[in-house]
Amino acid sequence: MAIRELTLAHAGERDLSKLAEYQAIGGYKALAKARKMKPEAVVEQLLASNLRGRGGAGFPMGRKASFLAKGTGKPTYLCVNADESEPGTFKDREIMLLNPHRLIEGCLVTAHAIESQNVFIYLRGEYLDVFEVMRRALEDARKAGLMGDVTIVLHRGAGAYICGEESALLESLEGKRGQPRPRPPFPAVSGLYGSPTLINNVQTIATVPVIVEKGGEWYAKIGPEPSPGTVVFSLSGNVERPGNYELLLGSGLRELIYDLGGGIPDGRELKAIIPGGSSTTVMTPDQLDTDLDFNSVAEAGSQLGAAAVIVIDDRACMVQLALRSTQFYMHESCGKCTPCREGTRWMVQLLQKLEDGRAEQSELDLLLSVCDRVLGKCLCALGDFAAGPVVEYVRNFRDEFQRHIDEGGCPFGGESSLEGTFAPVDQHTHAPVAEVPA
Amino acid sequence: MNLDAIAAIATEYPERQSAILPALRLAQEEHGGWLPPEAIREVADALDLAPAQVEAVASFYDMLHLAPVGKHMVEVCTNLSCALVGAQQVLQAFEEQLGVAPGETSEDGRFTLRAIECAGGCGRAVVVVVDERYREPVRPEDVPGIVEELKRGD
Repeated sequence: MAIRELTLAHAGERDLSKLAEYQAIGGYKALAKARKMKPEAVVEQLLASNLRGRGGAGFPMGRKASFLAKGTGKPTYLCVNADESEPGTFKDREIMLLNPHRLIEGCLVTAHAIESQNVFIYLRGEYLDVFEVMRRALEDARKAGLMGDVTIVLHRGAGAYICGEESALLESLEGKRGQPRPRPPFPAVSGLYGSPTLINNVQTIATVPVIVEKGGEWYAKIGPEPSPGTVVFSLSGNVERPGNYELLLGSGLRELIYDLGGGIPDGRELKAIIPGGSSTTVMTPDQLDTDLDFNSVAEAGSQLGAAAVIVIDDRACMVQLALRSTQFYMHESCGKCTPCREGTRWMVQLLQKLEDGRAEQSELDLLLSVCDRVLGKCLCALGDFAAGPVVEYVRNFRDEFQRHIDEGGCPFGGESSLEGTFAPVDQHTHAPVAEVPA
Repeated sequence: MNLDAIAAIATEYPERQSAILPALRLAQEEHGGWLPPEAIREVADALDLAPAQVEAVASFYDMLHLAPVGKHMVEVCTNLSCALVGAQQVLQAFEEQLGVAPGETSEDGRFTLRAIECAGGCGRAVVVVVDERYREPVRPEDVPGIVEELKRGD
């Protein structure tokens, strides 16, 4: 399987955080080319490229750009979603650390395409190292006169997964609690400060320069037709060589884990794979021959999501894994929608009872019933991200869940790799919670 | 409180309310790592907003602290990718070395220990964040050295 580097090209050999180094590999040539093109011609290239958003939802970027309301008399904004927080994902951090000018160039090209003078990069609050690199790169780009009439503001978050959800991101950027908005209206019509707004993930924007440079049709031909191009896969968990691997979409899951990742350490067996971050549903070893592109992973019953492949070996208790994952979503629920706020907490209580061996048989059904009452019933996808995976953990590992009930405790007897993992939900939540009897 | 700095931040945004978050981060730095009520009022005054509006924001975000914290903040990611490769053992090593439970501050006010959600360093697990700087990867046996280094630097 070929490693195909577009967003991370040359990042291994050169210090691309330096402007001169980035320019030496042809950096900012796409910007010069784009600025000679009419904005709508740049959008046409993005449409032709069939580039799908790399933030998790996979929506075609060119189409999103073409939806922007025109002639409103209001400014058009570009917001870059750099609030990378999906568990298992660490690609945007690496792209920004190693290749900050690629993102800046992508911002400037995209701003030209949508006729925007105002770009905000909403950067995850914890990423201090990225903030420093990006701030320096932006300063260098300004001094070199590359910005034209565009201003790019680096806006730091302050710790909230939900702000990676686009409407919560806008709320947070407006100086509010990061709680999602009802849609419609969609951001393309009424986004930041009620103005037309395009929101894209870091890697999506960082891919724009190569599309302008080589043409949308060229890009559309690399990788499988419905989802062309490359993705930086974040490989983590029980694997010999974890890390970021930029590969063509459609690369094999088996090759990523075994050839590039070196397989499972310590002679253990592969038990499960989470293909796109913890919000995506679990896959099992019999699905190793799945191709990693949007459609193939969907056909396998899961989601490519943010391409964060978490490898789980046979030491992990799947009830503990479901519990720890759900504790994350309980912690990160913004509290706005009742099904998500209360549902995630209820799911955590039931999973804890299962793990402790205190659950009745009926409570396993109750868990699935609670999931059903969360799915599709909230303003944003966070509730779905919590409930969807739990349904699949139970479906794929039903025997293991059942043994917790039958044996009155965890069959791993304290030997699970996840035994006793402490979760931050006991320290802080974004939504105030009152204690009620379980 | 650095009012000029807050005013400068506010000019970057079309609406001054957008400056609440960066202003709160600045205020927190100036108030020893947390936001006492007077810090909330100062930010509100500097931006000509109601204190309640500022506190509503401050109480939402995980990195903003409404209670005192230790001089050093030690945070251990215990989300899936880190947990699968021993995050709990790293957290326990810090508990033993610092003598505090997660979410607590040592009696001498030097250390706050927290478990955190995914920090975005899953490829170099276990991720530990010390005073906003990532240490990755950290093994349980690295913990005494990290604590020693922090104590020595004080």
